[in-house]
Amino acid sequence: MKYMTEFRDKELARGLAQRISSLLDGSASGGYTIMEVCGTHTMNIFRYGLKGLLPANLRLLSGPGCPVCVTPTSYIDQAITLAHVPGVIICTFGDMLKVPGSESSLERLALGNVKVVYSTADALSMAEANPDKKVVFLGVGFETTAPTIAASVLEADRKGLGNYFVLCSHKTMPQVMRSLVEDVGARCNVPLQGFICPAHVSTIIGSRPYEFLAREFGIPCVIAGFEPLDILHGIYMLLGQIVRGEARVEIQYSRVVRPEGNPRAQAVIEEVFEPCDAEWRGIGVVPMSGLGLRGRYQRFDAALHFSIPAPKTREPKGCLCGDMLRGVKTPPDCPLFGRACTPSHPVGPCMVSSEGTCAAWFKYQGESK
Amino acid sequence: MTGDKKILLGHGSGGKLSHELIKDIFFHHFQNPILAQFGDSAIVELPGNLQVQNSGCGILTPHSAIRNPHSGIKLAFTTDSFVVKPLFFPGGDIGRLAISGTVNDLAVMGARPLFLSTAFILEEGLEMSLLERVVSSMKETAVEAGVIISTGDTKVVEKGSADGLYINTAGIGVVEDSLCISPDRIKTGDKILLSGTLGDHGVAILAARKELPEVGAYCNTPLLSDCAPLGGMIQEALGACKDIRFMRDPTRGGLATTLNEVANGRDFGILLFEESIPVREGVSAACELLGLDPMYLANEGKVVIVCPEADAGRVLDVLRRHPLGKDSAIIGEVVKGPAGRVFMKTLVGGTRVIDMPASDPLPRIC
Repeated sequence: MKYMTEFRDKELARGLAQRISSLLDGSASGGYTIMEVCGTHTMNIFRYGLKGLLPANLRLLSGPGCPVCVTPTSYIDQAITLAHVPGVIICTFGDMLKVPGSESSLERLALGNVKVVYSTADALSMAEANPDKKVVFLGVGFETTAPTIAASVLEADRKGLGNYFVLCSHKTMPQVMRSLVEDVGARCNVPLQGFICPAHVSTIIGSRPYEFLAREFGIPCVIAGFEPLDILHGIYMLLGQIVRGEARVEIQYSRVVRPEGNPRAQAVIEEVFEPCDAEWRGIGVVPMSGLGLRGRYQRFDAALHFSIPAPKTREPKGCLCGDMLRGVKTPPDCPLFGRACTPSHPVGPCMVSSEGTCAAWFKYQGESK
Repeated sequence: MTGDKKILLGHGSGGKLSHELIKDIFFHHFQNPILAQFGDSAIVELPGNLQVQNSGCGILTPHSAIRNPHSGIKLAFTTDSFVVKPLFFPGGDIGRLAISGTVNDLAVMGARPLFLSTAFILEEGLEMSLLERVVSSMKETAVEAGVIISTGDTKVVEKGSADGLYINTAGIGVVEDSLCISPDRIKTGDKILLSGTLGDHGVAILAARKELPEVGAYCNTPLLSDCAPLGGMIQEALGACKDIRFMRDPTRGGLATTLNEVANGRDFGILLFEESIPVREGVSAACELLGLDPMYLANEGKVVIVCPEADAGRVLDVLRRHPLGKDSAIIGEVVKGPAGRVFMKTLVGGTRVIDMPASDPLPRIC
């Protein structure tokens, strides 16, 4: 077992798709709506053409689980402001480069001091190698990336590095899922019947943090892996709960995810970060859905160190990314999609990230509906 | 028209931004019918009264195409610049790349590559021994490809103005008059062949830049660039099928870009079969780790061939017998529609669009 192609088996996929169809055939309801919260699920659903294998009365909504997409314009503007400070080197994961702020993006500015790194370790090395510069890491992402960023802060602390900073915009999944259920349920009238919960986030946090969704809201959840068979199996398990009228949190991705998650990673997060309110692009401020540096590590906080003012931001006119992230609209509903907004000239964040809903639609389904 | 726009790294990726740059700036100013062929090399008919003299620039040794334009031979002409980092990588170096790249651009037009020029931009302070290693690798590759390096140029720039060493090569080859390699000749039902595994060069470069953690840990074979001159193998393929419609080496932007360039704006579509596309295990693993797609990674020793269905088996046999084409496969076919687009039947039986990339693939956050 190398976990390379085993979870992409055509026959097993066909079998699962048939089971899903017969499950829905036998039920009274006319249609089903579920949400895959995580961008990697969205991308792989398109990448493997899974929608074509699923029954037409099953509606898959994409959720807010793409770190680039939910990063607010103001954050990009702050990063751009920092990039203009003399002596600053910005280190970032690749896909943040293209995200448009109010006026421009880090890529379009072509400043030369913005470096793409693959991990926080690269950013730390950059800080050590350039003691006369100040290295700012753009700390975005969910519980998946938070541990490595926390670890880099601990390492910088241990080494006494005075020139390493993090511009924090970490977010946590369960709180935004609560806001989705309350918001979507109350205002948007989308009958969301179940969640495919993120795979990698759940590796860290486990299954317990989702249990309130089943308990308080009666919404079934399945934590599914990212391979096509994982996704199909996860959908099958979720629909099974829906059809039977159950609401539990199940783990399909059991080869990686434990109910308790990864305690070591959780401890590192806990040591360095504390929960705070966070702004989600298109959704707004969600209480306690972010992670900020604890008091004893605040000297690593780029926003405090450089005391950058929160800039006035301008959201692109006509952009429906907010509705997209809440699962209220799909890309073809947006007047900009495929016209003013394409992967080479993205307007909204959902087109920027390779995991964004709009990018996935555009890339794998074409511009047309 | 271009306002205050700046050149971005993406303009060099071979994707949509590159195409826009070429169209809006280069084609806009240089436009002429030869450039409009938009092939990997330009195919040039020589004027009837041309007499080539020994003129101090490259000495085009006596060749019938030059002396007699009606001999049934056309010229192919191309150029390419090489700015790879690092200069030496597993499976090759900038020198081998500079020869192979230009030879392959000639070869895919059906040309027999003959003469290459080479121009060096050297950074002050570059180790002489390093330059010599690169040049000796160029010589070796030129011998392998059967081409003569016939002229050259050197410039040195101040320290900090270049990244060690850049190379430009240009090449001339001859094409038999009867050959016509052009996407215009592609027909519904034609087969699409690929001469081996995808993404080897792209991943080898990432690994050489230490952008891949512990590569050895998840693959049994080393990740080597496929960088190689393909002239010999392509001539053998042409020997097996004079009717080859189209060839191209899927370099920057990968197979996805190449096939989109072929299909876009035409009255046919392309359907690929994911299970037929050869990808090395190590490349596949690296792609999984970084969130990259082998379809979009660079290759430097592979050719895509479109040929009539009836000849596909014969061409495949010839490719597979060649040391550079052992892993060749028929990876897809030309279909009626949807016209202008590239599709792929995925491993699990779904269908997806293979789009042109906007710019270089970027590793994602999580």
